[in-house]
Amino acid sequence: MTQRAVAASTDDSALHLLRDLAPRVLGAVARRSGDFAEAEDAVQEALIAAAEQWPVVGAPTNPAGWLYQVALRRLADHRRSEQSRRRREAVVAGELAADVPFVPPPDSAIGMEKDDTLVLLFMCCHRALTPSSAIALTLRAVGGLTTAEIASAFLVPEATMAQRISRAKQSIRSSGIPFAMPDAAERAERLGSVLHVLYLVFSEGYSSSAGDSLQRTDLSSEAIRLARAVHALLPSDGEVAGLLALMLLTDARRAARVGPDGELIPLDEQDRALWDRAMIAEGIALVSEAMSRGAIGAYQLQAAVAAVHDEASRVEETDWPQIFALYGLLLTLSDNPMVALNRAVAGAMVHGPEAGLEMLVPLDADPRLGGHHRLDAVRAHLLERLGRRDEAAALYRAAAAKTTSAPERDYLTTKALRLKD
Amino acid sequence: MRYMMMMHAPHGTGVYAVSDWAPEDFKAHIAFMHRFNEQLAAAGERVDAQGLAAPGQAKLVRAGKDGVPITDGVFPETKEFLVGYWIIEVDSAERAYELAAQASVAPGPGGAPLNMSIEVRQVLSGPPKDE
Repeated sequence: MTQRAVAASTDDSALHLLRDLAPRVLGAVARRSGDFAEAEDAVQEALIAAAEQWPVVGAPTNPAGWLYQVALRRLADHRRSEQSRRRREAVVAGELAADVPFVPPPDSAIGMEKDDTLVLLFMCCHRALTPSSAIALTLRAVGGLTTAEIASAFLVPEATMAQRISRAKQSIRSSGIPFAMPDAAERAERLGSVLHVLYLVFSEGYSSSAGDSLQRTDLSSEAIRLARAVHALLPSDGEVAGLLALMLLTDARRAARVGPDGELIPLDEQDRALWDRAMIAEGIALVSEAMSRGAIGAYQLQAAVAAVHDEASRVEETDWPQIFALYGLLLTLSDNPMVALNRAVAGAMVHGPEAGLEMLVPLDADPRLGGHHRLDAVRAHLLERLGRRDEAAALYRAAAAKTTSAPERDYLTTKALRLKD
Repeated sequence: MRYMMMMHAPHGTGVYAVSDWAPEDFKAHIAFMHRFNEQLAAAGERVDAQGLAAPGQAKLVRAGKDGVPITDGVFPETKEFLVGYWIIEVDSAERAYELAAQASVAPGPGGAPLNMSIEVRQVLSGPPKDE
């Protein structure tokens, strides 16, 4: 293990402190600078400097002030070198920079605003940005991750990720998205985009965790951390609580969903003793509280489904009628064929596989599903339960040929092979 | 030095057609590949390793008039298709061949080594240093 890896693994609390401070320091620097893009670059440099220096010399007593001061100096350096390039006065500028004494101000003096995390999220998750740009910029500007960490999480070269982030900042500049809290009328819609981006970050971490995740930044945990921050700022918003609950209730099963050889283990075959009970308890408390307040939304309902699964200590104890009803409610909120498909799975558990197959028929004609592999896989599963093995095997094979997830392809292929004899 | 190791499979016939395998043999094959990938990573030799989606979804694309993409399905008479590839960083060509041979003996039906042929190609580097 390299020295840096040791420092990183033994210094998680310093890392968390850095990442939690990042958006609030950025808010203060951006207000001072008036230019979000250059402020964001400067804060990133300050974070990298802190990650290198703090483990060696110890964290400063006022870490936010330290980051703020270093970021402002970097900002000044950039502007000076910009100017000196124009004026060819590089020598003088260098001397000026060396003379400034380094005394970080106390936190109270740097104008950090509690809501800056939200303001930044509204900005970085704006619908003018493509989802991949919004995700990258959110992780850096709000999550306080370095470009290298984000690149490793998405398995792309650092230069590629740096370019994606810089293009995201250009989009913000050219769209004229201000660094300010949107007014109340706009907020609901913009919050929807924020939650969607956080959900995408979580999903990316969740789906990639099946593969080789050894050295990768843990995106699911980052998404949970950011959702916690939003929930702390907007504690009475049911959908924020719902999304956080959904993440916790899903991530709680992480240790059980992949076998020793990286193989996918479906919910009904998981060793439930491996589920994280503390996360489940927290998720259930969050979603119960949110739903008791009314204004039920899609994240709360998905969290409720996850909660029903997580509450069953054995798969036979799963309360399928309740899941069936929850998917029915979800379908009234959004006409989504994937929800209809999940409702059919639950319906088959309540009313039998024939009833499930009947619920699938209208989905064949839905162009949005477009012969999705999940439709084949669900139908195969129901046919298998009815003992129609050949038809089931053929559909498992068809699903395996269509999925783009390697562990899922292997799982579906194995299901087909088991039905052969 | 970087090398690309390419794993090809014949189209749907012979021992490569996993639909004829016993489930345990398929499971052993997947586990073998998983461990091989982990060993490459642990040795610091793995740059990239990717499996590709089934060839049924593959398209041949070329630009038509005004650069508009024209797509064709891959022709069914294609004898072999690329299943997946590794990019490895090693000190010598011999080491690359050694690793390719290790991948080649992935188990097939009855646990017998498949002895697949793995195409090994060196990845070109950037410009040489000025001296």
